[in-house]
Amino acid sequence: MTLTTPTTAPRLTSRTPAPTRRRRRGRNTAWVLFFLAPSAIPLLLFTATPMGASLWVSLHKWNLLSPMEFIGLDNYTKLLTDPTTRSIFGHTLGYIAGYLPLVYVGGLALALALNQAFKGRSFFRAAYFLPVVTSWVVVALVWQWLLNPTNGLVNTVLGAVGLPQPGWWTDPQWAMPSIILASAWKDLGFVMVILLAGLQAIPGELLEAARVDGASAWQRFRHITLPLLSPSTFFVVVISLINGFQVFDQVYVMTGGGPAGASQVVVGQIYDLTFRYGRAGEASALSWLLFIVILGVTALQIRGQRKWVTHA
Amino acid sequence: MSLTTTARRRRPAMLAAGAALTLALAACSQGSATNPTSAPQPSDDASTETADAPEPAAEDVTITYMNFSSNDGQEETLAAMVEAFEAENPGIKVAVETLPYADYFTKLQTAVAGNTEADTYELNFENFVTYASNGVLAELTGVPADVYKPAMLEAFQLDGTQYGLPASFSNVVLYYNKDLFTAGGVETPSADWTWDDVRSAAEKLTDKDAGVWGMYQPVSFHEFYKVLAQAGGEFFNADKTEATFASPQGIEAATWLVEKSGTVMPTEADGAGTPDFDTNLFKEGKLAMWTTGIWMFGALADTDFEWDIAVEPGKVQQASAMFGNGVVVSARSQHPAEAQKWIEFLTGSEASTKLRVEASWELPPVADESLVAPYLEVTPPANRKAVFDSLDSVALPPVIESQQEMQDIVSEELGNAAAGRKSVEDALTDAQDRVNALLG
Repeated sequence: MTLTTPTTAPRLTSRTPAPTRRRRRGRNTAWVLFFLAPSAIPLLLFTATPMGASLWVSLHKWNLLSPMEFIGLDNYTKLLTDPTTRSIFGHTLGYIAGYLPLVYVGGLALALALNQAFKGRSFFRAAYFLPVVTSWVVVALVWQWLLNPTNGLVNTVLGAVGLPQPGWWTDPQWAMPSIILASAWKDLGFVMVILLAGLQAIPGELLEAARVDGASAWQRFRHITLPLLSPSTFFVVVISLINGFQVFDQVYVMTGGGPAGASQVVVGQIYDLTFRYGRAGEASALSWLLFIVILGVTALQIRGQRKWVTHA
Repeated sequence: MSLTTTARRRRPAMLAAGAALTLALAACSQGSATNPTSAPQPSDDASTETADAPEPAAEDVTITYMNFSSNDGQEETLAAMVEAFEAENPGIKVAVETLPYADYFTKLQTAVAGNTEADTYELNFENFVTYASNGVLAELTGVPADVYKPAMLEAFQLDGTQYGLPASFSNVVLYYNKDLFTAGGVETPSADWTWDDVRSAAEKLTDKDAGVWGMYQPVSFHEFYKVLAQAGGEFFNADKTEATFASPQGIEAATWLVEKSGTVMPTEADGAGTPDFDTNLFKEGKLAMWTTGIWMFGALADTDFEWDIAVEPGKVQQASAMFGNGVVVSARSQHPAEAQKWIEFLTGSEASTKLRVEASWELPPVADESLVAPYLEVTPPANRKAVFDSLDSVALPPVIESQQEMQDIVSEELGNAAAGRKSVEDALTDAQDRVNALLG
């Protein structure tokens, strides 16, 4: 008697079998699609479709006006043998090599400083974040003006303290450093916010315990803060690298790729090929080369993260 | 008063000049682009919609028209032309979109690629060939051919088919600020001046402390092919298979362009080359001499100092740049008949020609010289005759298939020389090698 109830119940459930479960799974799929739709549809329309179209265009010779002429992989072989390709990728890597350390170290320093309790902290946090939400055109024009070789603020100050005054964006040697400086300044706030969130997630008792055990400030930073910050660092590095490969706006406004092509980057070349030289096919092929490079670099980072990213 | 007498006396000369122009155009037959560097089309007022206020009635047809040449100063003249057309053609409305030259062709080719271009749009000659040969322009039939100068009409044909109508032409002259010349005690430019006269006047009138510069001439492709002709050099060999501009004359020409930078002319670091820089400098009365197109007449009509123009001085000969614009109908227009009616009115009607001449909006391409005559009587500038005198000796831009790349290469290498990164000789040799590589 007493046993019947428990035994019938499981039997019932095991008898409600496949059809219901399958029906439920079908209903779940519908719900999944329903909730995915708001982001999936735009992604399909505005990302996947243009990507497919650009892959198609990259196999053609097309000046935007004429009918497209199919030429297979010619655009790719042309790009891979063209010395310009090497130089624009070189400039882009140079940009990343200067920008990434600067923006990470600067953002970390800011995050550490603004993680301390002091009066006006929110104001400074907001102030440093402001450039992130400012239009690139505005920022680039302001920096072009600050770095004006003859009457810009930076050179005026450098001159006053007796330091050399570089030609900045008018000098091929200094054009890329000018762009790096402006970019790092603009993105500092973004890195700061991510790292600040990371810092606040570090449990206070760990640092407290280390202090009690006699660890110095540097030791606590080196052996507790930095390792526990590594997931945030990983995120910042991945995002900054992707953005770095796609650098364009600031270059277009500040130097237009010049002087003498010294600051021409990959996306700048894609723009010029399409809109100045009417070589949309080549430009699309170059977009795909860039996509493959970014995909490869990101995949390497995700593999590499196991070695250095600590998950608390 | 003495100005008008001069003008009247000179009318026969102008007619002769008109004939010379016709010859020049016939000779060129691959025209030109409005010079982007010497004619910075300012970007304020970037896009002006002149859709007429009342909503068109149900049977009304609206034609769209995209253009760059009314930007910065002639928007109202174009609006007056639209008004006159609409009054004469009830049931057809024209919606105008005006863009600065610098953005115009990027926007246009993107619009064409996306099948969203205007019913009618402006094209300079050099680009006309590209558009006509790619089949995106509507064929025009029954055009009133006798209205236009024959050579100008032919310029907008491809293989005997009329794909566009000539709208205007213009050239480049030497502008000078008369007040600065008077204040500096320097004789004003005249027709017999050479580069040496320009150089010495520019040196005398430059006052860097006051921010006053003697001369502004862009260091670019569009100036180079012209000063090359002024020095007696040739850009290409006779059969256009090879670039030949790294010649002694080429070096002379390039030296003339780059040596002014930093001495009598502001450098890139001073802002040279940024949009409107030269226009503003001249308008502020801080520039003594300036080479730019007659399309600036409108924008400079009310300066608070006196200015005038002269034929651009040369080295061994005079040579002036000339540019031509046309208007076309899109092959995809839903209303080709109405569209053609509009462009015929815009380019050839007496009403719009009169408006164009009164406003000094470049020069009309019409055959009837009497319509152009009043042009000489409008001031400033007093010496309008120089506009026609310049046409006696015209330098046309060299045109190849990879036009934009060639222009960028030449401008870039000249920039290298101007900034002292390369010697003039090296820069020209490199430019010549790179242009030859484009020729394949």
